[in-house]
Amino acid sequence: MLLEVKDLRVEFPTRRGVLTALNGVSFSIAPGEVLGVVGESGAGKSMTGAAIIGLLEPPGRIAGGEIRLEGRRIDNLPLAEMRKIRGKRIGAIFQDPLTTLNPLYTVGRQLVETMQAHLPLSDAEARQRAIGWLEQVGIPAAAQRIDAYPHQFSGGMRQRVVIALALCAEPQLVVADEPTTALDVSIQAQIIALLKRLAREQRTAIMLVTHDMGVIAETADRVAVMYAGRIIEIGPVRDVVRHAQHPYTAGLMASIPPLDRKVERLAQIDGSMPRLNAIPPGCPFSPRCPHVFERCRVARPELMPAGATDAACWLHDQPGASA
Amino acid sequence: MIEARELTRYFDVSKPWLQRTLAGEPRRILRAVDGITFDIPKGTTLSLVGESGCGKSTVARLVVGLYPPTAGQVRFEGKDLAAARAQPEMRRRMQMIFQDPYASLNPRWRVHDIVAEPIRAFNLVPDPAQQRERVAELLRQVGLSPLDGGKYPHEFSGGQRQRISIARALSSNPEFLVCDEPTSALDVSVQAQILNLMKQLQRDLGLTFLFISHNLAVVRQVSDRIGVMYLGRIVELAESESLFTRPRHPYTRALMEAIPDLEMTGRSRTPVGGEVPSPISPPSGCAFHPRCPLANDRCRAEAPAMLDGVACHAVQEGRD
Repeated sequence: MLLEVKDLRVEFPTRRGVLTALNGVSFSIAPGEVLGVVGESGAGKSMTGAAIIGLLEPPGRIAGGEIRLEGRRIDNLPLAEMRKIRGKRIGAIFQDPLTTLNPLYTVGRQLVETMQAHLPLSDAEARQRAIGWLEQVGIPAAAQRIDAYPHQFSGGMRQRVVIALALCAEPQLVVADEPTTALDVSIQAQIIALLKRLAREQRTAIMLVTHDMGVIAETADRVAVMYAGRIIEIGPVRDVVRHAQHPYTAGLMASIPPLDRKVERLAQIDGSMPRLNAIPPGCPFSPRCPHVFERCRVARPELMPAGATDAACWLHDQPGASA
Repeated sequence: MIEARELTRYFDVSKPWLQRTLAGEPRRILRAVDGITFDIPKGTTLSLVGESGCGKSTVARLVVGLYPPTAGQVRFEGKDLAAARAQPEMRRRMQMIFQDPYASLNPRWRVHDIVAEPIRAFNLVPDPAQQRERVAELLRQVGLSPLDGGKYPHEFSGGQRQRISIARALSSNPEFLVCDEPTSALDVSVQAQILNLMKQLQRDLGLTFLFISHNLAVVRQVSDRIGVMYLGRIVELAESESLFTRPRHPYTRALMEAIPDLEMTGRSRTPVGGEVPSPISPPSGCAFHPRCPLANDRCRAEAPAMLDGVACHAVQEGRD
């Protein structure tokens, strides 16, 4: 395994007590694998990505568990050590390309600086490679555009520059947080094709955080579904999409409007995800769950084998039962 | 009920006069909406879809009169909108729901006052006790509790805020609602709640909708008819079902191809090459020709007219 996350717990101390944003999150990613992470806003998917790249917003802090990259712990490294890993070993792509790029430097200079910080390259070599990366991410006339500033690129182009920047030091792991959300479908398709190619050809591991199940279905090998700071189901993408074992996953899949037919009424999950300061005891989904029973309200289920996936649901703790 | 005729809106994005004159540059005109025509019969939903920058939100704003058109006309029950909007009674009958439920509610007002504002502005229910009763009824209608009236917007989630926006829009008893990406800022499970609510309200109240969205799957669920926009023009306008079963314009087909779908697990889709060109200097002829697999010399030279629901030379000549 390239990345192993075990029992990760992230807390936010506030005036009214400590909020637990992530609780007992465990998963791993192999080289060349794309792991999709889905969930509603506030479920903790972006926070999981931020914890891995060591960029949790203070006062958030890792309060328990561990994160290992190639067997080496990276969750407790000093800042300077972590900075070396970020970029070189782990690349990060964020949703908003404008906040990632420095508006005062040409994109070429940003690429060259990033590469030279991590790889032993001369100026000429670095520039040559920068042009190569821009071509790879599909920027036409890369040799001319390399000296342009971020504002001279369109939104889709800028996001491609950000991706080039995340990849140029050839990291083993890319954490992509909603990389296509700000883009139109036609551009989205190009970016997804690029990420898939990287995983296949360079054996790059990709953690793809998004709320768009369509993107996940098409890109990911496995998918983790998050709810109220936990992973409630994880498994191969086909099984999670088609045969969800957790009632929340099933509800989430059913609420996606289908493209191929019109339905009179979309399936909906009533209510909303609990706030961090009001997570119910037992299973956090129990107040909204159509299959809830007594045990769900008192005891918290851990991930357990359920069909082809693992689901944190007591329905699977009884012999012969399924959601 | 709503008729738009050759509706056009240009924005002047030139640099200031002095700078422009010194640099010897011409004026720069952004053609956000370039001569579009559609009707929305009473009680039905017309959706406009397209990628960002295609002008769909500008159409929404033109139709409720937030922008005056550069040319062309919107008619509301046969009357010119510009004249109609001078009468409060006509303004009461059309309302708008915006994309961002965080920016469109005043954070300093209680929900009760937000929802009651149109009632007060149009003086629909003068008696304060009856007004409270009306607001409570509206909150119930959108699936909130009347007790929520005493809270502030920040106490609600995105989906609940969008319900408040809908209650506010309904409070003046409108007949026509313009919804500009009402669910784009929401999570998918919440989106289902809001779409179901909107369909329910349309059935109960006989509302007419203009629905703006970039999401084809959402549009399919709510629309009777759909207009596909590209660079300020409608390139295809058809009944919802026939648009999805038999898309005709090459751009409509490309858009449908590009959508990631749950059924497509593991398969790769065909990306539309290139990007939406700038509406400041649109391509000659048909604006889609640089990305169109069917383009020929005629497409590069001559803009196609809307004929029988589709604006495309290739389709009209049978080359598709």
